Amino acid sequence: MTFALSFYTLAVVKALVLLGILLITLVYIQWVERKLIAHIQGRWGPNRVGPHGLLQPIADSLKLLTKEDLTPPHVHKLIFVMAPFLAVSLALISIAVIPFGGEVEVFGVRTTLQLTDLNIGLLFIFAVTSLGVYGIALGGWASNNKYSLFGALRSSAQMLSYELSLSLGVVGVLLLSGSLSLRRIVDSQAGYYFGFLPRWNVFHGPLPQLVGFLVYLTAAFAETNRVPFDLPEAETELVAGFHTEYSSMKFALFFMAEYANMITVACLATVLFFGGWHAPLPESWGIQYAPLVVGALVAGLLLYHSQGAFAGKQRRSMQVFGVVAALIGAAFLLQPVRVLFSPLFWFAAKSGFFLFLYIWVRGTLPRFRYDQLMGFGWKVLFPVGVANVLVTALMVALFG
Amino acid sequence: MASKVQEIIGAASAIAKGMSVTLGEMLSPTITEGYPDEPVRFEQRYRGLHVLERDENGLEKCVACFLCAAACPSNCIYIEAAENTAQQRISAGERYAAVYNIDYNRCIFCGYCVEACPTDAITHGHGFELASYDTASLVYRKERLLAPRP
Repeated sequence: MTFALSFYTLAVVKALVLLGILLITLVYIQWVERKLIAHIQGRWGPNRVGPHGLLQPIADSLKLLTKEDLTPPHVHKLIFVMAPFLAVSLALISIAVIPFGGEVEVFGVRTTLQLTDLNIGLLFIFAVTSLGVYGIALGGWASNNKYSLFGALRSSAQMLSYELSLSLGVVGVLLLSGSLSLRRIVDSQAGYYFGFLPRWNVFHGPLPQLVGFLVYLTAAFAETNRVPFDLPEAETELVAGFHTEYSSMKFALFFMAEYANMITVACLATVLFFGGWHAPLPESWGIQYAPLVVGALVAGLLLYHSQGAFAGKQRRSMQVFGVVAALIGAAFLLQPVRVLFSPLFWFAAKSGFFLFLYIWVRGTLPRFRYDQLMGFGWKVLFPVGVANVLVTALMVALFG
Repeated sequence: MASKVQEIIGAASAIAKGMSVTLGEMLSPTITEGYPDEPVRFEQRYRGLHVLERDENGLEKCVACFLCAAACPSNCIYIEAAENTAQQRISAGERYAAVYNIDYNRCIFCGYCVEACPTDAITHGHGFELASYDTASLVYRKERLLAPRP
């Protein structure tokens, strides 16, 4: 049965699905972060609200929603209110051009797993994320508070200097794939060397973009104001940085913007350097059964640990999640499910690894000093990025 | 130039080392106890709710000598002594504690009473869930403190 969906209906449906998934990820990445950081520090993390604290993000959202929405009397009202919305909307927009999978057919509708394939998708993302600094800068300025202003100034300086390195890290990829469209970039990474090594840009000839990737990764940490580059909100020096004066939902929006940027940057790393939705091994190696194996492993782990020293409530929920994981794994035995979800599985796995890396680094590294931050950005990252671009250009010109 | 390269390699290996430490900690079991969900593990000598011990015949060990009350820095032990009789023998000694109250509003769990006791009648148990909405209910009488009959 074929539904004749107009372009607009399809776009709206896709946008809503994407927004739903993005917001759920956004909310639950915080739960994951708190859990992982807690386990690094030998704690349990949230475990009071719902099984394993799984309802904690919802409780937090409700709390933030019901808090008093205070606008201090000394602020510039219009810009103060506008800044968080600017930050969050710009952070959410950039996900629109990211491709999550190839062309699929759902209920007779053929579509790509991407909201819109802009032919300058990469430029669009950089434009939007660099506009995002306005949210922070304006928020800090409008707060009319020295700590907020310091936070905002630091943030602007940091984002401006690291944006350059971020772009330079990506230029190598552009030289290799010769396109700004993210879908084309992913398509250029299909296939395998020697029958097993994926032609991802980190392995791609004539010059593997490993250095470019490292430059991109480091700059991305700074772009998203994450540890060890979280100077705009260095609480020991700046109270809370640019969002000192913000409360309630306005604070939550800044928070959301930070995590949305994190997700975008992780997705972009997957798309640009790690072959997007392409599997790490060819199908002849049986890699299409990887989701099945992962599901079975997760189910086994959960069921095994549910026998441990937990209370009855925890044990039951672990068994339920174990069975759910097994069912999801088993669903990949079905051909249509596998065709539709395998690309998504690989995309989610790769992006998930980068998000995990963010959290892992946050649990490990201390914060930079401000002069170290600027020195590192301009004296190390920038020259390395330029050198990478020059060498890649030379290699592409000679062998490309 | 060589020193620069060494510096970079050193920094990278330091980061890798730190990351491996945190990953190991992440995967190893948590130190924090899951108290309300899991039972608490106590040290042997944890000073919790007092227990008034009995001897092997089931008689109370307390002979109402008042040494615990005298040793108590927060003055929270109240004792009324009575004589044992041939018909009614409560403790092995001459006297027994007819009333033995510990006021847990005041008790600081210092353990001086346990140290002072010549017959090892008062000891610290491992009870600790003492919170109450009513301070009057925090005065524990002898009947609540006594160990069960053997």
